[in-house]
Amino acid sequence: MLRRRTIRVILVACALAACNGAEAREQRITLRFWAMGAEGENVQQLVREFEHEHPNVSVRVQQIPWTAAHEKLLTAFVGNVTPDLAQLGNTWVPELQAVDAIEPLDSYVAQSAVVKASRVFPGIWDTNVLNDTLFAVPWYVDTRVLFYRKDILAAAGYDSMPQSWPMWREAMEAIKKKAGKRQWAIFLPTNEWMQPVVLGLQNGSPILKDGGRYGAFEDPEFRGAYEFYVGLFRDGLAPIAGNNDIANAYQEFARGTFAMWITGPWNIGEFERRLPPAMQKSWATAPLPGPSGAPSGVSNAGGSSLVIFKGTAHPKESWELIEFLSKPDIQRRFYHLTGDLPAQIDAWQDTSLAGNRYAAAFYTQLQRVRPTPKVPEWEFITSKIIDASELSIRGGMSTDRALAQLDAQVNRILEKRRWILARAAHAQHDSAATVRIR
Amino acid sequence: MSSARAQIAAKTPEWRAGRAGWLFIAPAITLIAVFFFLPVGASLLLSITDFDLYAVANPSNVRIVGTRNYTDLLQNPTFWLALKNTFYFALVGGPLTVATSLGAALLVNAKAVRFKTFFRTVYFLPFVTTLVAVAIVWRYLYHPQYGFLNYALGAVGIHPIDWLGDPRWAMPAIILLAVWKNFGYNMLIFIAGLQSVPEDLYEAAALDGAGAVRQFWHVTLPNLAPTFFFVGVVTMIGYFQLFAEPYVMTAGGPLGATTSLVLFMYEEGFRWWRLGVAASIAFLLFLIILVWTAIQLRLERRLAA
Repeated sequence: MLRRRTIRVILVACALAACNGAEAREQRITLRFWAMGAEGENVQQLVREFEHEHPNVSVRVQQIPWTAAHEKLLTAFVGNVTPDLAQLGNTWVPELQAVDAIEPLDSYVAQSAVVKASRVFPGIWDTNVLNDTLFAVPWYVDTRVLFYRKDILAAAGYDSMPQSWPMWREAMEAIKKKAGKRQWAIFLPTNEWMQPVVLGLQNGSPILKDGGRYGAFEDPEFRGAYEFYVGLFRDGLAPIAGNNDIANAYQEFARGTFAMWITGPWNIGEFERRLPPAMQKSWATAPLPGPSGAPSGVSNAGGSSLVIFKGTAHPKESWELIEFLSKPDIQRRFYHLTGDLPAQIDAWQDTSLAGNRYAAAFYTQLQRVRPTPKVPEWEFITSKIIDASELSIRGGMSTDRALAQLDAQVNRILEKRRWILARAAHAQHDSAATVRIR
Repeated sequence: MSSARAQIAAKTPEWRAGRAGWLFIAPAITLIAVFFFLPVGASLLLSITDFDLYAVANPSNVRIVGTRNYTDLLQNPTFWLALKNTFYFALVGGPLTVATSLGAALLVNAKAVRFKTFFRTVYFLPFVTTLVAVAIVWRYLYHPQYGFLNYALGAVGIHPIDWLGDPRWAMPAIILLAVWKNFGYNMLIFIAGLQSVPEDLYEAAALDGAGAVRQFWHVTLPNLAPTFFFVGVVTMIGYFQLFAEPYVMTAGGPLGATTSLVLFMYEEGFRWWRLGVAASIAFLLFLIILVWTAIQLRLERRLAA
């Protein structure tokens, strides 16, 4: 009898203990955060601080290589194993929004003291807004500017980088005249879509028209930019070479193989590290020239944003982590860890950033950035743009044919999008009609 | 009455035997149905839809498009390029692999050779190593500036070749890697084939005055015919599905020179998430392999007759 009772007491005690354990575990939350490449590695340090501020939250950062990130995100969505929050290249936001994988964030922003549209570069903020709804918060920014050799430009008779296309081209011709046989004015990797697209944006092309339903490549704005771009190769101002054809671009830049290079912020650090010390005084950065002077010299609004996935059980804590990573001092520390330029304008007050003469061009450029078309098919379309420009540059295909072919391909890609939009409009029209009848 | 009973009695053992037979093959049939007919049927169905990212989000976004995926593919230059590359790889790499395996088997099996087991193991090693690890080593070998291959070519006065960066050389480079990686397996099968050739045939041929070359043509080759066809069919089926080598070494470049059908299918399916298109590529590849294998089998029958 006694034994049985003892056992019962023990059992009850055990059950209570188990309950307690479960309760304690429930209070402690684990956030799963996916981040890419160097960001994924470096954000770990900052996250430890967040955990310190939020004792009940532990953050598990999973680092994903950039090359596999796009596939992994979509596969995770299909397999229903998305994380709580993630870093996203901001051109991928439309894709994940189209599959309804990510949370709209306007209600969070409305109550936030840290995340505000007015504190982020407008062009960058815009990349995260789809149909007037915010789906991601800019984390760090990326855009393209000109890196150039001051000494070569000066030898060609220019004290500073020209700001309009005609002057820019003149300067390139002057450089080429003085250059050796295996030297060029500018390096534009033929296997990148960014350069022709940015030139198109500068020339006023929307890239896609009718709300992203059709390609606008044959229209005069893009055609003008494309002719300017392809002309640089045809007239021998740019070498016909992709990124893989040049073994060490830094070495070639130091050698004067090319005097200008359109590239991104990560190369500030690379140039400082890789160019010989004697070369350090001879290079500079400048915002991109535009067809009709500085104001038209826009560039792409790149970078990464942070998103919350729809399936998350901890939206509140995920948002708190996003807010934490958006704080200017945390953004500044992140810049020191990674070299990624902060999205929060306040973070640029940092002396090392404000005092960096190479970063100044980026700061100016970031006031003039424009998003690439915000359609889920964009990534696929960029691969077609590379195909077309390589055909023009390497294969000698005429501008007319290349652009007609590009428009045809892009319009075929966008056919599904047109169908979906038409169906949605139809459904809306129907429901509006029903309301009116009532 | 008795005749009816006799009828049942006559039927039962046969029926029983039939039932036993079905039971015996049931596991195999089930496996084939689940892992072959079901996926093939599903991919055929998928290939007549426009299943894509939008459909992943909402199944009502799927449309039946009939043969449109197929007609689009036939107009897609990338498809033709991938098809050409795949045939290039299979038709050059396949026979090369089989010939190399046979050569290695003859060498290893030769009476004069010592340390046979050692050589057999060494030649077989590439087949069992991981491709990704091997590919990294080969990328170094192929490096235009620091690679050993160009160093060796330079020693005999040949200009350096940009193996993986030049569209003309990328596929030969991939073929070389594939031959090296795969010949060991076929070699083992050839050795087994060689060892089953009766010794007295060679004796008889030698007595009739046949030299080594004629012995090879008239004794070794005819006796190896079944092995040959097995190796040929299996190698070609494998080579039509070229994927990992270009995926790791070149990502399909330069200028699409190493994009194979399976790599193209992978890109369409898992990079752009156009599963309908990917399924139709898979189905076309299936048909190609089916036809090719049928041709090979018919050839075998004709040659055997």
